[in-house]
Amino acid sequence: MSGIEFGQIGVVAGKEFRDRLRNRWVLAVALVFTVFALVIAYFGAAQQGAVGWRNIDVTIASLVSLVIYLVPLIALILGYDAIVAERERGSLDLLLSMPITRFEVLIGKFTGLAGALALATVGGFGLAGLLLYYQLGGDALFHYAGFVFSAFLLSLCFLSLAVMVSVLAEDRMRASGIAIALWFFYVLVYDLLLLGLLVVSEGKFNLNFFPVLLMLNPADIFRILNIFGFEDVRRIYGLATVFPETLANPWLLGSAMVFWIIAPLGVATWRFK
Amino acid sequence: MTDKLIEIRGVRKRYGAVNAVDGVDLTVGAGELFGLIGHNGAGKTTLFRMMLGLLPASAGEIYIGGQAVRGAAFREVRRTIGYLPESLALYDNLSGLETLHFFARLKGVDRSTCPALLARVGLADAASQRVRNYSKGMRQRLGFAQALLGNPRLLFLDEPTNGLDPQGILDFYRMLAELRQGGVTVVLTSHILAEIQQRVDRLALMRSGRIQALGTMQALREGQDLPLTLHVGFRPGDEDSVRRVLGSLGIVSIETRAGSARFTCPRQAKMAVLAALTAAGPAIVDIDVHEPSLEDVFLGYAEETP
Repeated sequence: MSGIEFGQIGVVAGKEFRDRLRNRWVLAVALVFTVFALVIAYFGAAQQGAVGWRNIDVTIASLVSLVIYLVPLIALILGYDAIVAERERGSLDLLLSMPITRFEVLIGKFTGLAGALALATVGGFGLAGLLLYYQLGGDALFHYAGFVFSAFLLSLCFLSLAVMVSVLAEDRMRASGIAIALWFFYVLVYDLLLLGLLVVSEGKFNLNFFPVLLMLNPADIFRILNIFGFEDVRRIYGLATVFPETLANPWLLGSAMVFWIIAPLGVATWRFK
Repeated sequence: MTDKLIEIRGVRKRYGAVNAVDGVDLTVGAGELFGLIGHNGAGKTTLFRMMLGLLPASAGEIYIGGQAVRGAAFREVRRTIGYLPESLALYDNLSGLETLHFFARLKGVDRSTCPALLARVGLADAASQRVRNYSKGMRQRLGFAQALLGNPRLLFLDEPTNGLDPQGILDFYRMLAELRQGGVTVVLTSHILAEIQQRVDRLALMRSGRIQALGTMQALREGQDLPLTLHVGFRPGDEDSVRRVLGSLGIVSIETRAGSARFTCPRQAKMAVLAALTAAGPAIVDIDVHEPSLEDVFLGYAEETP
């Protein structure tokens, strides 16, 4: 593919982004994030027998649980029909008759939706962060910013998967089915499968192989990325503690997430013919 | 003929075992108004989509302005093409003006030209209205305005009068005539044959993925050797004398109603029939000769084996 015109990508991205602003999608998701973040920050330690503002590490650990369920779902819902809806409606032909390549349409859609996710994530958790700042102080904000950024990366991983689904699926119904199945698999089933493997193998399983399996799930990468830094948090989680320190390098984990953003988009580009 | 603007050589499109387009050769000259007709499934829309580079051909080549319809270089050609798809779908959440702005940006056209374009298709008052609230006819007009962005030199219009009311259809063909005077080449399809027969320079009749007949309306008519239809008005009480005159020429199948007779005759017999009717004197008060319509021609070709 020669001669990518970034202007054309920008036109498509701008339209997608404005659509999400206009139909108040960004506002709704940002509000959901703010409310949940504050509720969890306050009530998150209820299991330990207390409510109230805790230290930032525990707050983030609680938020990670929320984000792992919510963010992939939101990203999948946002992107699952990006291409298939236009194909089904018939507007894709007109769009592609313009001086724009399929690659530019795809990347434009992804970028615009990513922008909407960025605004919702940063806006929603940012607002909560401001309130936490008054309760917990400035030092906490650094960790919190890292958490928000990794939550955004997680959303991009699942947006990328969603856009791939929107290219591969024959119609919107199937696309939504596949998107929900992906969410179930990565968010609910995957870790259970790994645990099951561990139990069935009765410890004979080679644990060196285990971190690689965790890397195959962007939700697990996100979890490891966020909780590994905090000693007192690691205790709360079981699975991620089997992760070797050497592999817990934030840059390595970040790169794995970037791979999860690029790879599905690559498949989408290849199949979008 | 003028310069070739579109050149199609041996183009095929295969879907599994079916040839949707089966070896089409066609050239359209610059400035020509070209009609593509055929029943549903004849391959018109598939051919259209291949000409626009939306669908790769299974075999053959298509050139527009000497440029093959594929690859990066075709992007520049696309800037000079306007397209109105058959099943037009626009973005419901945008207003008419925003819709045009979006496509103008993609085409690299100055957005300040959009309001005038909306006015040209009669949508000036609906410019800020969401497309969601547009009627079918208004959407079609907006689609046409979109196709006209950037003064294209080539227009592909797939069933352009779909959903338009009679006034809309007249407006549309008036604009088409203006565009043609400006040298724009137009390729259009329509299933309303009566509508396009007087308006196109040449026609291609597609059937089962092939071009079955190609030429001017007159040439297509002559190729079929279809009979002419005559309407003859006569004085009350003179029906028998009219039947006698026509009977002497071998024309016996005549429908009569309230002082008017309708019958067909071979093209070659036209002058003999007219002479005999004129010689019949004051009994005959009026004569109308009708050429076979495009429908007749279309049906005539459809009866032939492909």
